[in-house]
Amino acid sequence: MATISLKNLTKTYGKVEVIHGIDLEIADGEFVVFVGPSGCGKSTTLRMVAGLEEVSGGEIRIGDRVVNELDPKQRNIAMVFQNYAIYPHMTVRENIAIGLYTQKLDKAEKARRVENAAEILGLTKFIDRRPAALSGGQRQRVAMGRAMVRDPAAFLFDEPLSNLDAQLRAQMRIEIKALHQRLGSTIAYVTHDQVEAMTMADRIVVMKDGHILQQGRPMEIYSNPVDVFTARFIGTPSMNVISSGQAGGEFGGDGGTPVLLGVRPQDLHVGPDAGEGHALSLSGPVTAVEPLGPETLVHFQLGDDTVIGTAPATEIPEVGSTVTAHAGRAHLHRFDAKTEKALERR
Amino acid sequence: MSSVTETPGTGLPMSRINPKAIVRWTILFIGGVLMVTPLLYMFSTSLKTPGQIYDLRLIPSAPTLANYMEVLREGDFMRWFINSSIVAVVVTASNLFFDSLVGYTLAKFKFRGRRFVFIAILSTLMIPTEMLVIPWYLMSAQFGWLDTYWGIMFPGMTTAFGTFLMKQFFETVPDDFLEAARIDGMNEFTIWWKIAMPLVTPALSALAIFTFLGNWTAFFWPLIVTTSKELYTLPIGLTSFAVEQAIRWEMIMTGAALATIPTLVIFLVLQRFIVRGVMLAGLKG
Ligand SMILES: Nc1ncnc2c1ncn2[C@@H]1O[C@H](COP(=O)(O)OP(=O)(O)OP(=O)(O)O)[C@@H](O)[C@H]1O
Ligand SMILES: [Mg+2]
Repeated sequence: MATISLKNLTKTYGKVEVIHGIDLEIADGEFVVFVGPSGCGKSTTLRMVAGLEEVSGGEIRIGDRVVNELDPKQRNIAMVFQNYAIYPHMTVRENIAIGLYTQKLDKAEKARRVENAAEILGLTKFIDRRPAALSGGQRQRVAMGRAMVRDPAAFLFDEPLSNLDAQLRAQMRIEIKALHQRLGSTIAYVTHDQVEAMTMADRIVVMKDGHILQQGRPMEIYSNPVDVFTARFIGTPSMNVISSGQAGGEFGGDGGTPVLLGVRPQDLHVGPDAGEGHALSLSGPVTAVEPLGPETLVHFQLGDDTVIGTAPATEIPEVGSTVTAHAGRAHLHRFDAKTEKALERR
Repeated sequence: MSSVTETPGTGLPMSRINPKAIVRWTILFIGGVLMVTPLLYMFSTSLKTPGQIYDLRLIPSAPTLANYMEVLREGDFMRWFINSSIVAVVVTASNLFFDSLVGYTLAKFKFRGRRFVFIAILSTLMIPTEMLVIPWYLMSAQFGWLDTYWGIMFPGMTTAFGTFLMKQFFETVPDDFLEAARIDGMNEFTIWWKIAMPLVTPALSALAIFTFLGNWTAFFWPLIVTTSKELYTLPIGLTSFAVEQAIRWEMIMTGAALATIPTLVIFLVLQRFIVRGVMLAGLKG
């Protein structure tokens, strides 16, 4: 296990710079998840750490070695790809054993390690099958097995779950997390699924356009986003962001300049005001309802925008009726109208 | 046969037979007959006695293996058979190795002049063999390659066609496989040999069939470069046979029949590897 440290890391393709100087320290044994929209440079960053892309500028350290100029195999890292990339002409056993390719171990020890990894991942039954005879989830596990057997300095995952169906993804999230706890390994994990980020990460790194916007523990980012983009990216459904003008009331900045006001759907309760002195009240005609079981999402019109609030499962409003929704002051996020940066940290 | 479904008790329901299918099957049938007839006559003639060969019945009235005995007893035939085998096997192996090595490099590595190299290789496809034979001959004469195995083989040791074919196939091999192998610590040669090559077995099989058949039946260049009887390949040998033996058709047909056996074997062995879609199994399901 080892630390990973990025210093002012840049990447240029031809004349285009796609990574603009990233600084990041990943601690030994830490599970760091990179999230961000498509094309923001997550994969590129990860591939530079792996040694699959040349570094254009800056420095990458794994442990106490600068690895900029090292081949992938000299970096002692393991990587799991979105497409699994397990070899179709080899059995599960052979695929996992490839992870030990460079290790000088005797045959028995290799076999023991391969079988051990297969056991942990529940692949023992399939160990002599070829990938064609495995399900998507099993193939992904084989790819993880190949990464695991070697006991690498760090694991790199590039969207490993995005080809699985929702149920399997939820299951694999838990398995990967359990595996992390069991092995205590350093993990850099790329996804554009914020649920994966929230549920698995020790630390989330939010990226956009080749920059890091914010990093921190999942709940820290959830409750304290630095700007509108991060606020809307983390959490489902996305945070409602409206202008303070639409909200009425006294939310403006210094001297009454308009600001953007954010409130998460979970904090915007549809229903009668219980007289608790809510800071924000919004009302409008209902455009859609989504009963989720324990609660119902209510979409309603506010000026030109649609706002989402939550109603209790028992009180589902009619589409077309007018509803009012309330939120307490503690749940409001204020952003600068021009820069979209958060105005206060809480 | 998919357009014809049998209903119990009624036999073939005529109304369900698609007229297009009839036309299609008829054309295929005629084509098949045209292809197979010469082969059948070859085998049939090889089983006839000299007196029967102008009797055009397909099944000989008194089939005999005497011709086969005679051809095999005749010392030179076996020699030519071995020569052809050596040439075809060595050239095929060489093409499988070098064409795919070059094709892989062109498909998977970015380097200056890559396009130029590729176009230069492709452009040699446009030069007909007839134009190359004289330079080949002069070259062989200078290097002392005339009337040697190497002289017969060297022009075909790699081909532009094979390189092109392999490049196209290697381009379909996802980079993820190669990158995963790089991370797992294989060197570039091992990645090519152990990971990329097994993924293109259909292309390798096809290339092996083409190259083997091409060299097995090659006539023009081996005729020019060989002078001694011991170095003749089968096609040259069989021709000399025809001339020397005052055109004994039954003997020529017997030789030809024996010559087709390896090509059939190669085809039957390799065709089952030409199964598409092996590669996709290792990727997302
Ligand atoms: N080989 C390349 N040549 C030129 N530009 C590239 C190359 N590879 C990536 N890019 C660019 O670099 C940027 C970052 O790409 P990257 O693959 O890292 O995005 P990502 O965050 O992983 O996105 P996704 O979620 O879609 O996988 C993109 O704008 C992309 O167009
Ligand atoms: Mg990516």
